[in-house]
Amino acid sequence: MPKRTDISSILVIGSGPIVIGQASEFDYSGTQACRVLREEGYRVVLVNSNPATIMTDPEFADATYVEPITPEMVEKVIAAERPDAILPTLGGQTALNTAVALHESGVLERYGVEMIGANFDAIQRGEDREKFKAIVDGLVIPGVNPESARSVLTHSLEEVMAAADQLGYPLVLRPSFTMGGVGSGFAHDEHELREMAAIGLAASPVNEILVEESILGWKEYELEVMRDKADNVVIVCSIENLDPMGVHTGDSITVAPAMTLTDREYQAMRDVAIAIIREVGVDTGGCNIQFAINPDNGRMIVIEMNPRVSRSSALASKATGFPIAKIAAKVAVGYTLDEIPNDITAETPASFEPALDYVVVKVPRFAFEKFPTADSTLTTHMKSVGEAMAIGRNFAEALNKALRSLEDPKAPFDFATPITDDVDTLLERASRPHDGRLQVVMAALRAGATAEQVHEATRIDPWFVDQVVQILEVARRVEQADALTPALLHAAKRIGLSDPQIASLRHTSADVVRGVRWALGIRPVFKTVDTCAAEFAARTPYHYSSYDEETEVEPRIKPAVLILGSGPNRIGQGIEFDYSCVHAALTLREAGYETVMVNCNPETVSTDYDTSDRLYFEPLTLEDVLEVYHAEAAAGPVAGVIVQLGGQTPLKLAQALKDNGVPIVGTSPEAINLAEERGAFGDVLAAAGLPAPRYGMAQSARQAIEIANRIGYPVLVRPSYVLGGRGMEIVYDDDALTGYIERATFITPQQPVLVDRFLDDAIEIDVDALYDGTELYLGGVMEHIEEAGIHSGDSACTLPPITLGADAVERIRASTEAIAAGVGVRGLINIQYALQGDTLFVLEANPRASRTVPFVSKATGVQLAKACARVMLGSSIAELRASGMLRPEGDGATVVEASPIAVKEAVMPFNRFRTSDGENVDSLLGPEMKSTGEVMGLDATFGTAFAKSQTGSYGGLPSGGTAFVSIANRDKRHAIFPVKRLADLGFRIVATAGTAQVLRRNGVDVTVLRKAHQGDGPDGTPSVVTAIMNGEIDLIFNTPQGASADGQPRRDGWSIRSAAILRDIPSITTVQGLSAAVQGIESANAGEVGVRSLQSWNAAVDAELAAGSDQAAAR
Amino acid sequence: MERTDTPALLVLEDGRFFRGSSFGATGETFGEAVFSTGMTGYQETLTDPSYRRQIVVATAPQIGNTGWNDEDDESRRIWVAGYVVRDASRVRSNWRSNRSLDEELRAQGVVGICELDTRALTRHLRERGSMRAAISTTELDPDVLVQRVLEQPRMSGANLVADVTLTAPVVIPAQGTRTHKVAAIDLGIKEMTPELMARRGIEVHVLPATATLDDITALGVDGVFFSNGPGDPGTADEAVSLLTGVLDAGLPYFGICFGNQIFGRALGFGTYKLKYGHRGINQPVQDRRTGKVEITAQNHGFAVDAPLEHDTPTRWGAARVSHVCLNDDVVEGLELTDADGTVLGFSVQYHPEAAAGPHDSAYLFDRFIEVMDAHRTTGENA
Repeated sequence: MPKRTDISSILVIGSGPIVIGQASEFDYSGTQACRVLREEGYRVVLVNSNPATIMTDPEFADATYVEPITPEMVEKVIAAERPDAILPTLGGQTALNTAVALHESGVLERYGVEMIGANFDAIQRGEDREKFKAIVDGLVIPGVNPESARSVLTHSLEEVMAAADQLGYPLVLRPSFTMGGVGSGFAHDEHELREMAAIGLAASPVNEILVEESILGWKEYELEVMRDKADNVVIVCSIENLDPMGVHTGDSITVAPAMTLTDREYQAMRDVAIAIIREVGVDTGGCNIQFAINPDNGRMIVIEMNPRVSRSSALASKATGFPIAKIAAKVAVGYTLDEIPNDITAETPASFEPALDYVVVKVPRFAFEKFPTADSTLTTHMKSVGEAMAIGRNFAEALNKALRSLEDPKAPFDFATPITDDVDTLLERASRPHDGRLQVVMAALRAGATAEQVHEATRIDPWFVDQVVQILEVARRVEQADALTPALLHAAKRIGLSDPQIASLRHTSADVVRGVRWALGIRPVFKTVDTCAAEFAARTPYHYSSYDEETEVEPRIKPAVLILGSGPNRIGQGIEFDYSCVHAALTLREAGYETVMVNCNPETVSTDYDTSDRLYFEPLTLEDVLEVYHAEAAAGPVAGVIVQLGGQTPLKLAQALKDNGVPIVGTSPEAINLAEERGAFGDVLAAAGLPAPRYGMAQSARQAIEIANRIGYPVLVRPSYVLGGRGMEIVYDDDALTGYIERATFITPQQPVLVDRFLDDAIEIDVDALYDGTELYLGGVMEHIEEAGIHSGDSACTLPPITLGADAVERIRASTEAIAAGVGVRGLINIQYALQGDTLFVLEANPRASRTVPFVSKATGVQLAKACARVMLGSSIAELRASGMLRPEGDGATVVEASPIAVKEAVMPFNRFRTSDGENVDSLLGPEMKSTGEVMGLDATFGTAFAKSQTGSYGGLPSGGTAFVSIANRDKRHAIFPVKRLADLGFRIVATAGTAQVLRRNGVDVTVLRKAHQGDGPDGTPSVVTAIMNGEIDLIFNTPQGASADGQPRRDGWSIRSAAILRDIPSITTVQGLSAAVQGIESANAGEVGVRSLQSWNAAVDAELAAGSDQAAAR
Repeated sequence: MERTDTPALLVLEDGRFFRGSSFGATGETFGEAVFSTGMTGYQETLTDPSYRRQIVVATAPQIGNTGWNDEDDESRRIWVAGYVVRDASRVRSNWRSNRSLDEELRAQGVVGICELDTRALTRHLRERGSMRAAISTTELDPDVLVQRVLEQPRMSGANLVADVTLTAPVVIPAQGTRTHKVAAIDLGIKEMTPELMARRGIEVHVLPATATLDDITALGVDGVFFSNGPGDPGTADEAVSLLTGVLDAGLPYFGICFGNQIFGRALGFGTYKLKYGHRGINQPVQDRRTGKVEITAQNHGFAVDAPLEHDTPTRWGAARVSHVCLNDDVVEGLELTDADGTVLGFSVQYHPEAAAGPHDSAYLFDRFIEVMDAHRTTGENA
């Protein structure tokens, strides 16, 4: 059956900002879908508020709306574009929920938009737990008894408690229609149940929780299922969780294919999965079904299904080479699976089930170090921020590769550090699922625990435990052997041990191990992911390394460029860097190079086999990258390796790669070092006459206090080697500084602490610029909305800058050029400035593509990352101007009247974390980055653009109601005006006593609320926290009092912000943020907020620029 | 299992060899090297009589994880001549497991080899075709072993039915009410086949390959079934003539795998050897009448040479290709109808009984019942 011709235009909804539970995998799915639909000749309309995505690049859709994904805004897009169909199954839960809302409100019907991929009823049957349970329990399959866990659907606390009486403890709570398991978890007693039920009922948009029997500790599996309209169904992939039931699959170590099922059990599961997709009625497309199996008797329980492409689909696509989203898009427009070719073999159709001849392991990456008070226990509520995947020819090899892919020094197994705890203690620790549990398992085994004991403590399947035991056995042989024989070295590599692990076991260096290994010819070969276990020849060079006999890397003639990706997503290094890597691949392929991507993040577009000419799914460590380079250098000429685009991960390999003879293109490793090393960078600034905040380096508290008193408080303190702002704090006095140093156990004489003068009341400015050695192209100048001191990744910012004059921009340009030239940049550089009064301070410079590159590219319509890749391989900015890649005249800082105001807002994960006492973690922003993602708001005026950014990031600003105001003393002067304006806009203002007094004196009518720590009054006057929890507050403005000596922010502010998170109320913590919010509310209230596509904005900008150059030519 | 450090050698007839470690029994074994891509179901694979005299390479890299149980055997013994895996599991994890795979291989004297590059071996077989091979733990010189390989008979021309078939009839009673009676000719039958028939109310009389038409008619059966089995269908002249007799007698027919090839020959088509065969549980087959795709279990090195474009007249009626493999258009099913379009017999090259494999094609057993019922009705009418 051919594709549908009765529809010509399709609306695709993306998943919005990266949040925990919904990350870049949906950019991968959405990008594939957009690509396919356009190839098929459909007009693609896209809505996604996330500027860091590839899918929102203007060339991936005909009309790209970077607008908030809310039913209201999507309706406006529908009204403007009048699509024939909407494809809601590729943008995660966000897209699905939005489409459901548009259906329920009648918008789709009104505009004649057909839902394709999954219809409304199927979505309901799949997502509504009661309906789904009824479907599962009603299935009739010969030889199988499909059942779901015994459960009760509840809508109130009373119903929850009644369900507990019926089912007994422990219980699982699953609120309906929440994404990534928000509000779900285990309750072991009545106390826990009451607490969790309150949260869950609030989190569910329909106030509904499923209470069910516990299947904790059972084996957990997932099947990825695909169906077409002719009712052909295939299982794309089976996935087994190493972590038994109880840990969210996103937080579990997962393995593909399933390792511990016989064919009978697997086929029973397959039968159930197929029956479910048919019965639920997902007519076309992919879905994910989760199962639990009782390890003692094989009883199988269906846990849930996602009637859409999911995180696991992305993993399964990368694990098998079967591109689920792409195929889902094709079947959604009417193709049947047998009509779609398998890209990888080219000759066989997509109507088959991939066969793997390797093992894939995915490990989650957590960010608990960013939220020190958060409980690291893993539950059914997802907490990881990213993941790494590795492929090996056995589980142990893949596991070891995956662990080193995490780029966390604690992740790879440690065989060397002495173990001080006894077996019982270690087993007790291993029994609690948490990040690093597998490392505790290894420690327990090293301490003498048996495999049986580990299984008993963790319920991890004995087969997996034995794999870990085998790794330990090989490590011990390596450690104890008189000499490291070739056979033993080969055995160590075959089980996945890295050179550094072997080195630590042999008390030597990784360089020595590598040298020995190479001298002995013990090197990995590269196998191919081919969907068919070598049954057919593969056309796509998608490789992974293994210690086997035969390599499959084909020779080539064209020069290759290796692009090193950014590894697992984490806070501070996410999808933005993948964006730049993908752009480099696309442009360099056009420029005639053979592009070779190296990355280990399954969620990304860069690890799509379609993105580059060759893909190596490998860890980004020196050892692994050198082996890829070696293989490619043997295959043909290598023009160079790009390390500048994937963030800190590849950048820190630069010098070592160069030392090993690898040609690094673009900014040299020496220049990178120059920018990162403070003293050297200080010399560059001094030579250019540029001021930086005064600073000093301290090895003790006393030294730090001396420095602070010399340069003046407040000061910014941080470890000297820092990733993503880790361990940074702003302190205002000696006590707080002493407290910081005492808590900062990482400080040693080798790792001193940096004490910088903190610039109060300064405007922070971020610049992305391109430099080719002679010319500077200022990509964009971003003005932060929050003042300096908040990590740039967490700060909202605007482009063009709204308060900077032309002279300030010129000074920024001159300074940027001086730094780029002084450092020796060839490519992109990101510089942060602070403008305090009239002085422009240089805060830091990063000679690489930054987090803001995609934002700047979308705001200005210029593809900076592509231009960077070309500059790195020798093109000049003049040439790129001539070719149209860069603006012919001026640059990203040139004022263009037709260009939009673009506002970037960060999205925070605070609602994901709880302390072990069940309390929220603090939502206070500071110099350490905490956001997981970002959105962009675009409009002609700042106020509207800001309002859109707020809507896109957390649901939006209120148009009226009650605003609670509590302002720190130092902010009171500046806050009066915006609070007064809020009152003028019709907001009722409530405040704590001190703030109220100040506001009253300035003519604002204020009601006083009791402070949080005072609690509710005897007369029933509520405290601020009670008022928030009662839903009486619509907007919170609360500036922090600064950290106290114990590092804990003042308790009141904390409880207010926690309550705000619980109730999902906007909570603004800076005066600048409030001013912006007031403008946003004004604009939103003033009239209709419109939508406009990127293509339309860009056309207007191009027209103005063309007119400008015509005028110039005429003159 | 304790990992042996006994070295083992695998040699192919074209001289390529792989060194590895012993797995299962030690010794020396010969057979045709073929690869199977199933990721589950090694127990069923090893006990499938169709693998008689074949050295099976598992492309799935880790084998033995679920051990061996007393329930999943597809016949009375392991039939493969040798077993090649990359990583053999030393522990077994499954609630139904009774012993380890290694123990079972040793107990049955099956020589295996592990810790070699099975993907390289598979790619070699894909490019050069299935070929004779040996595994040895006693002869570790490839030059010597390859000479012995070359002395072995080829699979083409091999008649192996006598090796695997039963010697005396066995009756599998119907489960529940008996509605039909079928004679199943054992050319290497798998236990799941009569089991799936019995579940549908069929009493199955499994007969040795030496059974005659008289033996069949004497039973008063509603239909006749020819099973899967090993070897070259081109040599199975006795089976072809038996089936010709069955069709002449007007008995409804259903065949699987070897039974498809025998049907093809009876209908006048030839058979040929595939370069490297179809062995796995992920093969897409299209029912040419409905356009529907089923994911099938397959294990065949030979195929029927029949035209896809048109029907072929036979003395019983029109024969046509009913199913094709979407990967390579190989004939996967045949159907014979009379002038009224009534189905007289049908067969598939793949395995609707699965075990191991997906259950997509189990409906074919229902179709067999329909064909028998239709015949009964027309028979009554006649």
